[in-house]
Amino acid sequence: MKFGIVVFPGTWSDGDCYHVAKSVLGQDAQYVWHKDRDMSGLDCLVLPGGFSYGDYLRTGAIARFSPVMEEVERFADRGGLVLGICNGFQILCEAGLLPGVLTRNNHVQFRCQWVDLHVENPRTSFTSDCQEGQVLHIPISHGEGNYYADSDTLASLNANGQVAFRYCTPEGEITVEANPNGSLENIAGIVSERGNVLGMMPHPERCCEAALGGTDGRFIFESMLRVVV
Amino acid sequence: MPISKETLDEIALSEVEYKAIVERLGREPNSLELGMFGSMWSEHCGYKHSKLLLRQLPSKSPRLLVMPGAENAGVVDIGDGLAVVMKVESHNHPSAVEPFQGAATGVGGIVRDIFAMGARPIALLNSLRFGPLDQAQNRSLFRGVVAGISWYGNCIGVPDVGGEVSFSTSYSGNPLINAMCVGLVEKGRMVRASASGLGNLLILVGADTGRDGIHGASGLASRTFEEEREMRPTVQVGNPFLEKVLIEGCLEALDTGYILAMQDLGAAGLTSTVVESVARSGSGAIINIERAPRREEGMTPYEMMLSESQERMLVVVSSQHEEAVTQVFDKWDLESTVIGEVTEDGLVRVYDGDSLEASLPVNVLTDPPLYRLQGVQPAYMGETQGLDLEALPIPIESAESILLRLLSFPDIAGKEWIYRQYDHQVQTNTLQAPGGDAAVLRVKGTGKGIAMSTDGNGRYCYLDPFVGGIIAVAEACRNLTCVGAEPLAITDCLNFGNPERPEVYYQLEQCIEGMTKACEALGVPVISGNVSLYNETRGDAIWPTPVVGSLGLLEDAEKRCTTAFKDEGDLVVLLGAAEVSDDARYLSGSAYLEEVHGEVAGIPSIDLVLEVRVQRLCRRAIEEGLLHSAHDCADGGLAVALAESCLAGGIGFNGNFSINSGWDAALFGEAQSRIVVSLAPDDLAAVEKLASEQDVPWVQLGSVGRATFSLPPLIDAPLDQLEAAWKGGLEKALG
Repeated sequence: MKFGIVVFPGTWSDGDCYHVAKSVLGQDAQYVWHKDRDMSGLDCLVLPGGFSYGDYLRTGAIARFSPVMEEVERFADRGGLVLGICNGFQILCEAGLLPGVLTRNNHVQFRCQWVDLHVENPRTSFTSDCQEGQVLHIPISHGEGNYYADSDTLASLNANGQVAFRYCTPEGEITVEANPNGSLENIAGIVSERGNVLGMMPHPERCCEAALGGTDGRFIFESMLRVVV
Repeated sequence: MPISKETLDEIALSEVEYKAIVERLGREPNSLELGMFGSMWSEHCGYKHSKLLLRQLPSKSPRLLVMPGAENAGVVDIGDGLAVVMKVESHNHPSAVEPFQGAATGVGGIVRDIFAMGARPIALLNSLRFGPLDQAQNRSLFRGVVAGISWYGNCIGVPDVGGEVSFSTSYSGNPLINAMCVGLVEKGRMVRASASGLGNLLILVGADTGRDGIHGASGLASRTFEEEREMRPTVQVGNPFLEKVLIEGCLEALDTGYILAMQDLGAAGLTSTVVESVARSGSGAIINIERAPRREEGMTPYEMMLSESQERMLVVVSSQHEEAVTQVFDKWDLESTVIGEVTEDGLVRVYDGDSLEASLPVNVLTDPPLYRLQGVQPAYMGETQGLDLEALPIPIESAESILLRLLSFPDIAGKEWIYRQYDHQVQTNTLQAPGGDAAVLRVKGTGKGIAMSTDGNGRYCYLDPFVGGIIAVAEACRNLTCVGAEPLAITDCLNFGNPERPEVYYQLEQCIEGMTKACEALGVPVISGNVSLYNETRGDAIWPTPVVGSLGLLEDAEKRCTTAFKDEGDLVVLLGAAEVSDDARYLSGSAYLEEVHGEVAGIPSIDLVLEVRVQRLCRRAIEEGLLHSAHDCADGGLAVALAESCLAGGIGFNGNFSINSGWDAALFGEAQSRIVVSLAPDDLAAVEKLASEQDVPWVQLGSVGRATFSLPPLIDAPLDQLEAAWKGGLEKALG
């Protein structure tokens, strides 16, 4: 599978995603500059974490106007796999490819720590390798991860099985204590209605190797590899 | 025309220095030229009071690639065609005035020093000191500094992997903010800082120049806080997004192979950068500041030359390659402007359009007077060294209560509140995150690991600057040793009061002598560093506080060791002592002595020969896979070290060593050169053998297991009680 890793000014997990795609998963990968429009040969797109445009104005607000985002939208319309991680998730929401918005953590601080995620829907292209109710141990690193959507949107997300992950305790319980940023209903990641676009705040690319503290990130990438292109 | 005292005072030059300038120029300088001298001859840029002392620090080693001081930061060869760059720098005065931006721009500045050499910044560490947290002013400074470091470091995508923080009345009014950065570079890709070659172009890249930070070097960093003056405009303002783009743009521009030299703009702005980049090769420069992009209208040449606006780099390129290089900057939407060129006449000439505004010989600008003063042992030392520690009463408070108190003491308590605000994982190299004795990063593409830490102890240096200097270096190396890394080099930031006072000069002199002795014994060169003087308010100097940043290498990163106790039944052994001594002199300068008895007194001591052997033994044992954990005894002594290993491992300790009547010294004394290790019982014989080969004394302390911390008959506390004290200590102090 050939990964296209989109790079905006201020993105910094691009190298980390590239390392996972090539050195850990043994796949093909290339960087896609935010001014590029050529998506040929790419099987999936990754919008990595970072502070695109410094998070100035609003996180993801400026990036979504980059030329590349039109191509990302077209790619998604054609059914291509798009994974937005952290800032990538924020950009996808600003661009309207995913509903809702990521706001300031409720405790107002940046938080870098390991969390546990309850797999809500193991039937998406990004979670097919997971079991029903599996708990994944993955780190977060953000100041604006507090997911918000209005009640109609939330109802629709729940009804359509679009919530991919919720913050939980190590035993899998969805509790207030397990919520690291105040996200509504502990939402940590969602998929689009069609299911080919995933946005998640935690960083799976930071836990694909045991030496770094865990390998649960692999479940997400390996699910993607299973998708027939 | 006689120069006014106010004018000289504004730029922190003395009358004698002014006279020297006039004599060497053969005329009086105009006001721009005087401003340029004020910056170049400031303590911050000129190192007037420290250079002669610093020369004794060992700076050579077979692993070093460039001469320290000759470039922006020292470079260490780690094999596999790779080298590591590192430097630590202070931003004390700006942070006292404006903690958020002061700390943030401190990070920005040190990062630029690193990528100016062509190295990718891969880690940040910081060493912080504040007044006690029971005062609102100090809580505010602390929160502001942590927030500033978090904001800047996280935005640029460099993980903050370690550091230390300490609180004491000595630092009220003069907080210390020392920022360290480590970078990785392929040996063939390093860039020099010096430019030569007639006609080569000087290109300014990055931010527009504004009015922030003028006289940050002379007006802020080189003077004490005597009167209330409005210092806020002298603090620089950061733009971390621009810095990130600058990092990527400059590193990519280097790939063209056409960049001849690169320098960052920091203290004293354009003035120092242009002067320093031509000074080394005997060249000169012509600059036309009219061409430099500015943020505000009506900026004078003075303001342009001395502004400390952040996120700017100077790049030297030959004229035929200008386009190839600026094309890369254009790709990143980075402003780049040719502002001048290199000459061969040894002069820096500043034009504003057609008008010549300043013309100064480079060799005079870079040759400030260097002072060798007469140090005098401070009077207080007679008192502090005279305290009879043997006569200290054994406390009525129980050992258990004291342990819990020390664990919740902000210096010692868990620091998660701080480091969870820092991204410590980005770049996916972090093998050991904050919380251990040293951070460990992997080197992708090799099996190696590099370890790093920052260390300092103001109390020891206050009580005996010479011994304190030795201990600062020894402890830095010991922390690397405990993760299994071989110390390769150190960088230092020397934080002291006003050196023109003989007592402070004595402290500076003695600390440097002590550090030199330790570096020689431990075989580590000092590859870079920074000096921050004038840290005092109304005659009250801070404790002399040299901060040491250390770098070590693990040939096999898999072999790294942690502080955490592991398995039920493991034996716990103390390396470096044949018994747990209850000698009261080890209470000298201890956290216990200050917290429980309200005294900062005594005479710290260290046996360097023993220290070298203990470290060698520990590293050998780790290398051979014999140890499950290693943790050095430092603040709070043996009991705290043992407790910390329990907390890290989530498992208890059962002590079975005898404690004599002086239990406070035994448990909380801070004797040096001691490392607490744990190992499987089967490996004891092998460790014993290694210890005897290395001639290192050791003693068994007990075993790992259960969920209590037990030192009969003095302590028997459930682990979660220790955890509550330790985990909650810092947050509780913040209120």
